[in-house]
Amino acid sequence: MGRYVVRRLLQMVPVFVGATLLIFLMVNVMGDPVAGLCGERQCDPATAAQLRHEFGLDEPLWLQYATYMGNVFTGDFGTAFNGQPVTELMATAFPVTIRLTVVAVLFEVVVGVTLGVLTGLRRGRPVDTTVLLLTLVVISVPTFVTGLLLQLLLGVEWGWVRPSVSAEAPFGELIVPGLVLASVSLAYVTRLTRTSLAENRRSDYVRTAVAKGLPRHRVVTRHLLRNSLIPVVTFIGTDIGALMGGAIVTERIFNIHGVGYQLYQGILRQNSQTVVGFVTVLVLVFLVANLLVDLLYAVLDPRIRYA
Amino acid sequence: MRGVTRARGAACALAVALAAAGCGGGGPAGGAGGAVLSSSWGDPQNPLEPANTNEVQGGKVLDMIFRGLKKYDPRTGKATDMLAESIDTDDSRNFTIRVKRGWTFSDGEKVTARSFVDAWNYGASLKHHQKNAYFFGYVDGYDKVHPSSGTQTADTLSGLKVVDDHTFTVRLRQTFSGFPDTLGYAAFAPLPRVFFTHHAAWLAKPVGNGPYTVESYRKGSQMSLRKWAGYPGPDKARNGGVDLVVYTDNNTAYTDLLAGNLDLVDDVPAAQLKNVRSDLGDRYINAPAGIIQTFAFPYYDKAWSKPGAEKVRTGLSMAINRRQITETIFDRTRTPATDWTSPVLGADGGYRAGLCGRACSYDPAGARKLIKEGGGIPGGQVRITYNADTGSHKEWVDAVCNSINNALGDSKACVGNPVGTFADFRNRIGRHKMSGPFRAGWQMDYPLIQNFLQPLYYTDASSNDGMWSNRDFDRLVDQANAETDQARAVRLFQRAEEVVRDHMAAIPLWYQNGSAGYSERLSGVALNPFSVPVYNEIKVG
Repeated sequence: MGRYVVRRLLQMVPVFVGATLLIFLMVNVMGDPVAGLCGERQCDPATAAQLRHEFGLDEPLWLQYATYMGNVFTGDFGTAFNGQPVTELMATAFPVTIRLTVVAVLFEVVVGVTLGVLTGLRRGRPVDTTVLLLTLVVISVPTFVTGLLLQLLLGVEWGWVRPSVSAEAPFGELIVPGLVLASVSLAYVTRLTRTSLAENRRSDYVRTAVAKGLPRHRVVTRHLLRNSLIPVVTFIGTDIGALMGGAIVTERIFNIHGVGYQLYQGILRQNSQTVVGFVTVLVLVFLVANLLVDLLYAVLDPRIRYA
Repeated sequence: MRGVTRARGAACALAVALAAAGCGGGGPAGGAGGAVLSSSWGDPQNPLEPANTNEVQGGKVLDMIFRGLKKYDPRTGKATDMLAESIDTDDSRNFTIRVKRGWTFSDGEKVTARSFVDAWNYGASLKHHQKNAYFFGYVDGYDKVHPSSGTQTADTLSGLKVVDDHTFTVRLRQTFSGFPDTLGYAAFAPLPRVFFTHHAAWLAKPVGNGPYTVESYRKGSQMSLRKWAGYPGPDKARNGGVDLVVYTDNNTAYTDLLAGNLDLVDDVPAAQLKNVRSDLGDRYINAPAGIIQTFAFPYYDKAWSKPGAEKVRTGLSMAINRRQITETIFDRTRTPATDWTSPVLGADGGYRAGLCGRACSYDPAGARKLIKEGGGIPGGQVRITYNADTGSHKEWVDAVCNSINNALGDSKACVGNPVGTFADFRNRIGRHKMSGPFRAGWQMDYPLIQNFLQPLYYTDASSNDGMWSNRDFDRLVDQANAETDQARAVRLFQRAEEVVRDHMAAIPLWYQNGSAGYSERLSGVALNPFSVPVYNEIKVG
C-alpha cells in the first residue's frame, strides 16, 4: 500500500511538469498580453516595454517557464495584471469553489445514489421509468439553461432565494448553484448506480445472502450496494476535478467569484500568470482525487489489493 | 455583507419612523446623508492609480474619490473649475494654475500645488509604467522622463514648477489651447503624500479628495464607499454611500436588480434590451455617451492606401444601413453616426450632425458606383476583423456585412473575421497584421473635439492604429491647437474633420449610448457623458 502510494506520487511529477508546460505554451501562443492592457489604443512603446519587463515577458519562453516553475516551488505564483499576487486570488477563489464542489458532490452522492438504489431495486416499475426519463431530460438540457431557469424562477418570480451569491458565498447561498452544477453528473450517478445495482442483484453472493435469511436492508446496504458503488466512486472522484475547473458557466450565472471566474477573466485578459497558476493547482487536485479514488477501491472491494 | 447592509437599512427605517432621526450609512458619514445604495461593478483591470486607470470600471471609483482642477459637468460635459482658482495663459503654452484653498484629502492632508505636481511627475515617469502616461506628453520635458526607448534621464517634468503652496506653472512642448479643459481627466488628479510613502497600503484602500471615502475594499468582489462628511466641495454626496459589487456577467446583475438585490445596473445587457422597458418602465436610462464606433483601415497595406481607395471606402460606408442595424440589433441604444465626434460635445463643442453627408447615408446604387470607380474591393472581399469575446460585436458585424452584401448584390463581398480575445485583437492591430477594415471604438477621455480627432488621425498619433497620414489634416490640427479662441479652434478642427471625410479615413458607424436601470428606492439617477452614473447626486428612499 505504502509503496503503491509512493509510486503513484512519483508518477505525478512528469504529469505535473508536462501539464504545466503545455498550459504555459498554450497561453503564450495567444500572443502578447500587454497589448490588451491599454484599452482601445496602442500602449505607448516605452510603457509596454516596461510592463513586459515587469512581468518577465521580455525573456525567452524557456527561461520564463524555468523561472516560473522555480518560483512555484517557493510558493510564488506570480502577479496578476491588476497588481494582485496570484496566491491572493487563489486564497479567495479556491475556498469558494471548494464549498461549491462540496455542495455539488453531496447532491450527487445523496440524491444520485438514493435515486439509483430506488430505481435499481424497482426495475421496470413506474418509479424507474419516471426517474429514467427525468435523468434523460437533465442530461440533454445544457447547464446554462437549467441555471438561468432556476435563477429566474426561484430568484425573481418566486423570490425564494437570492439570484446571485454574495462575496462571502456561504453554504446556504450555494445550494441552488450546487444543484445546477451537480445536475448532469447527478443524472449520470443515478444511472450508473441503477445499472450496477441491477446487475449485481442477480449475482451469486446476493442470492446466498438472501438464502442465509439476512434482512433485506442488510443485503442491500452491506452486500449489494458496497459492491455496486465502485464505478460510481470512480465517476465521482474524477468528477471532483471536472466540477472545480468546469464551474465557469455556473459561476458566471450565479456571480460566484471562484476558480471558474478567475480562469475566465484570466483567459479574457490573457493573464498567463493567473491561468497557469490556477490550472496547475487544478491539475494537482485532479491527480490527488484520482489517487484517492484508487485507494478507495481497496476499501470497498476486499479483492483489490495494492502491493 | 449584503445581509448586514440590508439589516442596517431596516433598522434605519425603524429609527426614522420612531424618532424621525437621520440615519447614517455607517462609517464616517455620521448623521448626514442617508441610506447606502448598491451598484454593479466590474473588476478593474489595472491597479487603481489615477494615471493607470484607463477603463470605465476603475474610472467609476476615481470619479467618486477624486476631484481634479476641473470637473466635467455631468449634463453638458463642459469643463468647469473645481479645485482650480484660475488657469491663466497668454500664449496657450505657458499656464499658471492657482489651486483653491480649503481643500483637503480625506486623511486631513491639505491639497496644495505640490499634490498636483508630484502626482503628475509620478504619472509621467517611465519607471512607474502608468498606462495614461502619454497624457503628460504635452508637458515640457516628457521626452526626458518617458523616452520612447532607452532609460529615462530625469525623474520630474521640467515643464512643471511649484511657485508657492497654491500656485504652479506648466510649460507645454507645443501650443495647446484646449489644455485646461483636459484637466478634468482622472490622470490629472492630485495625490496625497501617503500614496508615495505607503503605496501598497494606499492601493489596498485608496485615499482621495472626492465626496466619498473608501470604507473597505475586497479586491475582485466588493468596494464599500461612504459619504465623506468633511468634503469641502460643492457637489457633496446626497446618499450615505455606494457599495460597488463585482458581477462577472451583466445578465446576473440585471436579474439581481429585478429581484431587488441591487439598486443600480449601469450596463443593461443587450439580450435584455427588448424587455427592459416593460421590466423597469421609466427607471431605465438610455443617454448619449462620448463613444463612437468606426471601422478603421490598414493604410500600411497598399491595397487600401492606393489612389482611388477612398472611393471604395466611401462606397462601403454608403452600403451600410446604419438606421436598420441600430434599430434591430441595438434597440436604439446606438444612434447612426453622421460625423466623427459625438453628440455629447454639443454644437459649441464641435459636434456637427450631418458633416459626413451623403457618404454616411444608405445608398446601394451610389455605393456600387463608387466602389466600381475605385477599382473594386481589394481582393474581391472585405474581411472585417473584430474581437468576439465582448460587446455582442459578432451580431452587428454580421449585420453590417449582410447590409454590404445586399447593397452590392454579392453574397461574398463581406465577411466577419472574429478574433478570440480582445488582447489578441489589439495585438494583431499593434503588429500591423490587418488586411482589411477592423472594429475601432473610441471613448473620449475628455469632452473636446480634439480628443476625437488628434489621437486617432494625426500622423503617428497614439491611437492611429491604421497609420493614416494626411498633411492637410495635421496642419489644420496644429493650427487649431494654437488657436486661443475656442470657437475658431473648433471651426479649424471641423475643417480637419472634413479632410477625414473626404478621404474616408475611417467609416463612422454609430454613437453609443450609455444605459442604466435602477430600483424604486433611487431617484435622481443620471449618466454622465462618460456613461458613468453620477453617484453623488443619487438619492435613496
